[in-house]
Amino acid sequence: MAKRIEVGGLNVYYGDFKAVEDVSMTIEPRSVTAFIGPSGCGKSTYLRTLNRMHEVIPGARVEGKVMLDQQDLYATGVDPVAVRRVVGMVFQRPNPFPTMSIFDNVASGLKLNGVKDRKKLTAVVEQSLQAANLWNEVKDRLDKPGAGLSGGQQQRLCIARAIAVEPEVILMDEPCSALDPISTLAIEDLIEKLKDRFTVVIVTHNMQQAARVSDQTAFFNLAATGKPGRLIEMGPTKQIFSNPNEKATEDYITGRFG
Amino acid sequence: MSVLAANKPAYDGQTLDLSGKSGARAFKNTLATVLIVLAFAVALIPLLWILWTVISKGYSLLFDANWWSQSQRGVTVRREGGGAYHAVMGTLIMGLITAAIAVPIAILGAIYLVEYGKGTKAARAVSFMVDILTGVPSIVAALFVYAVWITVFGFNRVGFAVSLSLVLLMLPVVLRSTEEMLKLVPDELREASYALGVPKWKTILKVVVPTAFGGIVTGVMLGLARVMGETAPLLILVGYSKNINLNPFDGFMGALPTMINQDRTELALEPAADRVWAAALTLILLVLALNLLARLVARFSAIKSK
Repeated sequence: MAKRIEVGGLNVYYGDFKAVEDVSMTIEPRSVTAFIGPSGCGKSTYLRTLNRMHEVIPGARVEGKVMLDQQDLYATGVDPVAVRRVVGMVFQRPNPFPTMSIFDNVASGLKLNGVKDRKKLTAVVEQSLQAANLWNEVKDRLDKPGAGLSGGQQQRLCIARAIAVEPEVILMDEPCSALDPISTLAIEDLIEKLKDRFTVVIVTHNMQQAARVSDQTAFFNLAATGKPGRLIEMGPTKQIFSNPNEKATEDYITGRFG
Repeated sequence: MSVLAANKPAYDGQTLDLSGKSGARAFKNTLATVLIVLAFAVALIPLLWILWTVISKGYSLLFDANWWSQSQRGVTVRREGGGAYHAVMGTLIMGLITAAIAVPIAILGAIYLVEYGKGTKAARAVSFMVDILTGVPSIVAALFVYAVWITVFGFNRVGFAVSLSLVLLMLPVVLRSTEEMLKLVPDELREASYALGVPKWKTILKVVVPTAFGGIVTGVMLGLARVMGETAPLLILVGYSKNINLNPFDGFMGALPTMINQDRTELALEPAADRVWAAALTLILLVLALNLLARLVARFSAIKSK
């Protein structure tokens, strides 16, 4: 598991508006890559093109290539549903399914894709909750609604749900921005653990978080409001935070703007 | 900073006016409260009045076992006796056939409007038609079915024809309420499901509709309650029968609204008047029972999944 993502010359449009321009990068397997940058610079939009999630929004389209190992995710005949089975996603706000129990939430990806074998489901649910550092907190109440957990637990539930379908890549769109510092720490520990098995990509507004959890950091910026966002530079997190090549990166990281 | 703060006096000596006692504002507040409570009471009066009238005049016959087991066969307006079994069954049969036809169309239509057709010309056209259908009076719906079912196709006046016209009345109510409920389901849930590699149709079936299920059931019940009390389609499309007829495709059929209408002409006669009020109360109870049943179903299905 865990695959390399190679992006080449990617443009993202919402209708006529160009939201992201000419992004090329390589995301290494079994590592954490962080996207940082000011609001509106297109990092979330770009993240969503990595599992074709942007297509949910009418009028959104891309130009360019996204290769998962040797396969182009945008080649003709590629089903976005199949893409999302191998590239999972965790969202900004915890979004467990309100009609489902904790167990069913974690099992939902498998169940909704036709897995009925109870033994397998039970095993996967336990493994996934273990992997999401949530098992000990919920093992006695798996049949209780997932929406009854605290925000941080809900987010870990969502991560468990995402890893239960055994994806190659996990995309995280500001997974801690709605959480308190303790829950954030729990998620960060979890991300550290997840990179042993998955390729993890995380969008964050919290630069300390990027510095703490990521191996590679990509800095996005936009020239002005209404202009498309661009990838300014990308490199090992240590280098980006200590000795960036670009002036804009340094300004952003030291808090001079954004 | 902290040194400066420490050197500042603890208080600046000024007292702010925090009493907030403004006579005019307090008066306006009281006035508004009184008006709102009054409006509530005024709205409640007719409801309680209706309930009181119907219950007090109609309850006695409902305790008679015959009421629930016999028809009005051979009972004249001057005679006591007989029951409303034929009318209850007629109302239920026609109502359930109506629901069986209207609910799937309405729910699928609402799913199309919210999940698939958003912003398209087709969706706007459907939405507009539903708005028009909402405003169609029941007698017009009945005449339309009469024109098609009886005049064009040459069928007889039967219970099923009534159901067809009631579908036209129930459809927009259920479709609109289902649409509103589906709109309330947050997009984040849909995205969470898509991100698991679940196809759109399955997301709608297993995530969106279950989340909105309680609201959809309420809408269905509102629609059903509306059509079960309709009288014009019954008068036009099926004659009133005092006998028990459980076949919606053959012959006249009793129904509670037409049973009320039948005895209404002789309201001065006590047996007839009793039956009118009892039938009215039965209709109210029937709708109430269906409502309770639907709530139980909704609650049961919610607990089961929790």
